[in-house]
Amino acid sequence: MTGGWTVHLMVVPILLPLLVGAVLLFVNERRRRLKAAFGAASSVVLLLVAVALLRFADLPTEAGGVATGVYLLGNWPAPFGIVLVVDRLSALMLLLAAILALPAQVFALGRWHRAAPHFHSLFQFLLMGVNGSFLTGDLFNLFVFFEVMLAASYGLVLHGSGRRRVKAGMHYIVINLVASFFFLVGVALIYGVTGTLNMADLAVRIPAVAPEDRMLLEAGAAILGIAFLTKAGMWPLNFWLPTAYAAAAAPVAAMFAILTKVGVYILLRLSLLLFGEGAGTLAGFGTTWLTVGGMLTVLFGMIGMLAARSLGRLTGYCVLVSSGTVLAAIGLEDPRVAGGALFYLVSSTLALSALFLLVELLERDLEQPEDEPDQVFADVEEDLEDEEDEVGVPVPATLAVLGLAFVGCTLLLAGLPPLSGFLAKFVMLSAALNPDGLGGGGQVSWQGWLLVPLLIVSGLVTLIAMMRAGIRRLWAPPEPIVPRVLIREAVPVAVLLGVGVVLTVLADPVMRYMTDAATALHVPTSYVETVLGKERLPGPRSAPSP
Amino acid sequence: MELVLALGIGILAGSGVWLLLRPRTYQVIIGLSLVSYAVNLFIFSMGRLRVDAPPVLGPGGSGSAIYVDPVPQALVLTAIVIGFATTALFLVVLLASRGLTDTDHVDGQERR
Repeated sequence: MTGGWTVHLMVVPILLPLLVGAVLLFVNERRRRLKAAFGAASSVVLLLVAVALLRFADLPTEAGGVATGVYLLGNWPAPFGIVLVVDRLSALMLLLAAILALPAQVFALGRWHRAAPHFHSLFQFLLMGVNGSFLTGDLFNLFVFFEVMLAASYGLVLHGSGRRRVKAGMHYIVINLVASFFFLVGVALIYGVTGTLNMADLAVRIPAVAPEDRMLLEAGAAILGIAFLTKAGMWPLNFWLPTAYAAAAAPVAAMFAILTKVGVYILLRLSLLLFGEGAGTLAGFGTTWLTVGGMLTVLFGMIGMLAARSLGRLTGYCVLVSSGTVLAAIGLEDPRVAGGALFYLVSSTLALSALFLLVELLERDLEQPEDEPDQVFADVEEDLEDEEDEVGVPVPATLAVLGLAFVGCTLLLAGLPPLSGFLAKFVMLSAALNPDGLGGGGQVSWQGWLLVPLLIVSGLVTLIAMMRAGIRRLWAPPEPIVPRVLIREAVPVAVLLGVGVVLTVLADPVMRYMTDAATALHVPTSYVETVLGKERLPGPRSAPSP
Repeated sequence: MELVLALGIGILAGSGVWLLLRPRTYQVIIGLSLVSYAVNLFIFSMGRLRVDAPPVLGPGGSGSAIYVDPVPQALVLTAIVIGFATTALFLVVLLASRGLTDTDHVDGQERR
């Protein structure tokens, strides 16, 4: 990002959803088509920006380092002002968020955006929070974007109202509010010890922390970790997750698939940046906890999947298995395992998002009539049904199409060939069993020996649970219950799975990108130098630097 | 002063946690407020306690002896605003739950 307007490309993923969401608040709730068009246009632009940032982050630099884009908000230099940073990992996560957003919005056109007002605004604010969390290079700014994301998600989880959503939503809100307090306490402790909140500056100062302050710093980092682990759904902080995700409206749940990954992303970034190899005596702080906790999460998710009676809850437990796997793999502190884990993260998030949409299609005609939303507040717009009573084109051979999509989700989540889930798991297994490269021998750590069977067994359990649920819904009923599915609801599912297929076909460049991203994370010197060395832009009134 | 502040934070946090674990939504929201006060005071204390020192540099003044760290104060301000907004939002959900379920139990039904 050098020169010209492209410098400001980095701030677009935050500003654009903010502006679009705010403008949509003033559009009459009856003009849903206009709102949806605005929302979708914003997501398309976000997608293009994310691709541009990804291409930038993947450029080789002259010095052979890692391309890192730094944006100084308000033109204040790094440790004093707030910075936005884009590197391979954050560009990848931005792209993933944008890829998930568009299908969820198109899906909502079917019926969901009519369920309650302000769906599109809240959705844009959620995107702003998610993008901001990926881009920010400052701990407190991260808190602010986290709260923007959570506040929007509180609204969205209640979208459509109804007793079940309000109950699940209330638990979700309380738990996340308490987690936010943990976040604040952790940030305050870290600031109290190091005197900075900039992530790159923290990486410089943590090795120099006095021994008598180490305990406070460790306490702060651990408390901060609890906040992210709650969001990422690590056992035993995750009992709220399957209920809340199963209760949320389908397009909302499809977007929520990335919220757990926001927690995972921050853990990955902070644990390697602050407690990586350069952190002296604090190096490797908490990684064993991540591995063990991630593995317990996978175990808990597997038990939950086998016990789940509804497809919605089954998907909720799949989310846990997915983030548990990534957490466990991060804890191994091996760039190649982490590269595989990133690939797994992307492909499983896509599959989860598709599955959330698919589950709603499969279960929509089985819903209990008592689940009708009651009117609690009188000020909700009375008749939202008048502008255009959309009919839409139904999908031909509905059950066959849905069944095929279900198989696609299963293959991706269980990690079976030929789709990308298998490739990702294979990379992780191969890297965990060959710590010194293929054929290089080397001692496999105990974490590696635990991770390998866990990955395989979790794939098997996912397969069993998904097959059972699929047979029960699609084949077992004597009279097939055919749901009415519109084309605009089936296409998003197909697109999400299609991206999974693309990932499989382009596995080589994608995997190279992931490995580069993971390697850069494990050696963050280039990140730190770029952020702290970023010079201010010459402004019309800026004083000449001394 | 350190002792008073520490005791204050401890009492607020302790009462807040106890209320958070109660089964009524009203108790939960009061508990959340108390915990948020405790957290705000805690952030404030991380800038070190000092009396009669402004968080800005006066004219011609320099050196850390005469002013306090302004950053935690700015953080507290942000935390207060965000905590206030989310508590207000939770209040709405609390009322919705009360209206839908006719009970103020956090699980939407009385324990039988």
